Amino acid sequence: MKYLIIILSTILVNNVIFSQFLGICPFLGTSKKTSTAMGMGAAVLFVLTLATLVTWLTNQYILIPLNLTFLQTIAFILIIAALVQMVEIILKKISPSLYTALGVFLPLITTNCAVLGVSLTVVTKEFNYGGVAHMLSLGESIIYAVGIALGFAMALVIFAGIREHIDLMEPPKGMKGTPIALITAGILAMAFMGFTGVV
Amino acid sequence: MSNHLQTFTKGLVKENPILVLLLGCCPTLATTTSAINGMSMGLATTFVLVLSNIFISLLKGFIPDKVRIPCFIVVIASFVTIVQLVMQAYVPDIYATLGLFIPLIVVNCIVLGRAEAFASKNPVFPSLLDGLGMGLGFTLALTLLGCIRELLGNGTIFSLRILPETANMLLFILPPGAFICLGFVIAIVNKFKKESH
Repeated sequence: MKYLIIILSTILVNNVIFSQFLGICPFLGTSKKTSTAMGMGAAVLFVLTLATLVTWLTNQYILIPLNLTFLQTIAFILIIAALVQMVEIILKKISPSLYTALGVFLPLITTNCAVLGVSLTVVTKEFNYGGVAHMLSLGESIIYAVGIALGFAMALVIFAGIREHIDLMEPPKGMKGTPIALITAGILAMAFMGFTGVV
Repeated sequence: MSNHLQTFTKGLVKENPILVLLLGCCPTLATTTSAINGMSMGLATTFVLVLSNIFISLLKGFIPDKVRIPCFIVVIASFVTIVQLVMQAYVPDIYATLGLFIPLIVVNCIVLGRAEAFASKNPVFPSLLDGLGMGLGFTLALTLLGCIRELLGNGTIFSLRILPETANMLLFILPPGAFICLGFVIAIVNKFKKESH
């Protein structure tokens, strides 16, 4: 039940893009076509889950015992950068088909603030899932990361679908491209605000 | 000298990182709920940008080309940690509001972008000016957006009341307002850009 609440709240109520503003750059950059959006969503799901697992363990078993929690930012970004490289190399060897599908998106993910944002959030913030405020356990953190990534993928695919239609329209000249995309995102964000208070 | 001046001013208007180049959207949307928040975020980023540009420019001869990106990230992350600790100690209120977005300066595309595109190829002084110009351009855009959202959403600018409270449109402080405001500001900039050509 607790896991269900975490999933629902991260996908709908606190959607990573529409209410937390993490990962806006890839959101605007890779949302021109639905197929690209799905590829990016899958790549983020993969890396975000893995990165949260590794950074949570690093924080719990290396940084906290050594009293080095102020190094979280530096340690985490290095772990994420190395991890993305490693995933790229392993995927290339093990599953070339998956690599061709996700390959182009992987280098972009290092600078996706959602990844660093989520790994920092789960180790620094207290959450109130199931009545009492507490730091997330490993299992909860992973579920949280999966939920965030699913929310990201969903927002991206919905937005890409809308943008494909906008391309066929004729907005005023200055509005073309990014401005109209941003305003569309604003209206979508309003729709997501309807979920406030659901969980 | 005019060359130096150009290095400095191009970040302010012509190549403004947010309004023209569209880099670093996440902090732009998240931290501009009020003018003061936007300005603090801009100044924190400027500090990191200037110092990382100086250091990367100094170290450019020592960093092997193949591992330059991780090296840049370490330099940037160190300065971000400094900003984080200093803000936590002296302005805890602002640090609490900006929250996660201070450590996230590390992955702000502007900082890494300037390190890669400018500081790793130019001497120290121009790199400093480039960082300062870009940083102030970022601060300017963030403050402008913060002013608009604070005025429409709360009727104030820098907590100074301008519109009566009955005119508040809360929407502009909430997340959707961020997207819509930025969209309109960029549309206006696009219009001027087309006319000046």
